[in-house]
Amino acid sequence: MHRRKIIDRLISGWMAAGLFFVLMIPLAIGLGLVLKSLPILKILALPELLGGSIWKPLSGQFGFKPFILSSVYVTLISFLIAGPVCLLSAIYLTQYASRRLLSLMQPVIDILAGIPSVVYGVWGVLVIVPFVIRLAELREVAISGYCLLSGGIVLAVMSIPFILNILIEVIQAIPIELKEASLSVGASYWETIKWVLLRAGFSGIMAAFGLGISKALGETIAVLMVVGNVVQIPQSLFEAGYPLPALIANNYGEMMSIPLYDSALMFGALILFVIIVLFNGLARLAINHGERYR
Amino acid sequence: MRRKNIEERIFKSLAAAATYLIIAVLLFLIVVILKNGLRALDWGMLTKVPQGGFYFGEEGGILNAIVGSFYLALGATFLAFIIGLPVALYMNIHLLRQRFWLNRIRFLLDVLWGVPSIVYGAFGFTLMLLLGLRASLLAGILTVTLLIVPIMIRSMDEVLQTIPRGLLESAYALGSTRSEVAIKVYIRQALPGVITALLLSFGRGIGDAAAVLFTAGYTDYIPTSLNQPTATLPLAIFFQLSSPIPAVRERAYASAVVLTVIILIVSLAARLLSAKYREHVIK
Repeated sequence: MHRRKIIDRLISGWMAAGLFFVLMIPLAIGLGLVLKSLPILKILALPELLGGSIWKPLSGQFGFKPFILSSVYVTLISFLIAGPVCLLSAIYLTQYASRRLLSLMQPVIDILAGIPSVVYGVWGVLVIVPFVIRLAELREVAISGYCLLSGGIVLAVMSIPFILNILIEVIQAIPIELKEASLSVGASYWETIKWVLLRAGFSGIMAAFGLGISKALGETIAVLMVVGNVVQIPQSLFEAGYPLPALIANNYGEMMSIPLYDSALMFGALILFVIIVLFNGLARLAINHGERYR
Repeated sequence: MRRKNIEERIFKSLAAAATYLIIAVLLFLIVVILKNGLRALDWGMLTKVPQGGFYFGEEGGILNAIVGSFYLALGATFLAFIIGLPVALYMNIHLLRQRFWLNRIRFLLDVLWGVPSIVYGAFGFTLMLLLGLRASLLAGILTVTLLIVPIMIRSMDEVLQTIPRGLLESAYALGSTRSEVAIKVYIRQALPGVITALLLSFGRGIGDAAAVLFTAGYTDYIPTSLNQPTATLPLAIFFQLSSPIPAVRERAYASAVVLTVIILIVSLAARLLSAKYREHVIK
């Protein structure tokens, strides 16, 4: 009897220690990145760092504006493509399509969500880049094809399985009675979707979009492979961009040899971390809030 | 009345079009990857290490990256499992009544799940410097562990949550301690879900590039100890694709097929195994 109690104590202790360890991860990441970015924050003020557009590590100039803007543009393009398509498709799959199509799509979506981003990147190089070159030729612009638009399209395709999955869940969580009530007073299916489902699911849908955007913001390898990676403030869809994750990934090799460079890159990682945690947190709150009133 | 029906028609066909567009694009993706990759894939690629460097070498294969990726993903999955399973059990047995804390823990884990791997990579790199490690298999494993622990816990947690409360109460009534309930009842009951969680995390670990870019390094050889750098499949694809030599780029396509097939097998295995072990579950 005594031995069993001791074993129980030991195992429970291990479990609690594990939980403590896991809860410390976000704190450790935040703290680690802040500590690492302190050297650069001491020398350059925050507005200078975020608003400056000159990036010359060798002469100690670190302006993050080109990278932040590239990140925002690429994410925006991907969202403008993936958002409406996913919403329409989620509506079709949950409201109009046969049950068989939905149950057929579910594993397909799961598998596609599991395909590594580097494979999407390869696909982008093979398909999207030539496609964008052709598109630019129509407007009589000659480009390399490695540009914001390519990055946005690849990101959109990557985030489709992810967003669609959450949207389907969100729409399925809306009580069926709401739909029945609307249909029984003579509304058509589309009217029911427009006036009832989209309203009842509004916070959930926004949350799904929020999660999609935060995933797109942090996506590294696939974007890096097609976006061009030129430090500039891009003026058009067909110009190369240089998103934050790509900046970090591309320069880790030389960052230790130039003073403050490593600190600047870690500051870049910190920006990403803070923005994404905020986005993610708000989206999760919205989803949890929705579930409580289910 | 008529306008209403026209609107219905338009939006229904738009929604259908969106769905079939998604299916078409995704099929197209698989076809393109397979078509380009299978052309360059041969047996030598799977069984030899590269000759003449990954960047310029047209000879040899990517065995170093395949083995390296498996070492890395297996190591990280194992570590994440011995941390993750106890945590998931603790949440569902010891903290069962602490709704307030449970909600907050789940929230935190979900947010962690969304943190991009490049941030984990940067953090892993900082940690590496702090611990005095070089880019190595060990550093890679540690970083990927951090990346997959939240995924592991949350997917196990989702399954453990569905276990009926009565099972817990009966075990207590027979005089079990809480850890006995955890090991003898909950693990067995949640076995299909645990297997799915393991394979899901493994798949995520083997496919991730950004987290290992800083931490695992790259080499043309198969690592023989934890302190050596290791090649990984995603990075092999990435580096080969950036080579100026077309023949090496072809090899990137072949490597992409290898990685995709591994992921497909893992995901298929998850489905089959979790169905197989479902028969031991008390309903």
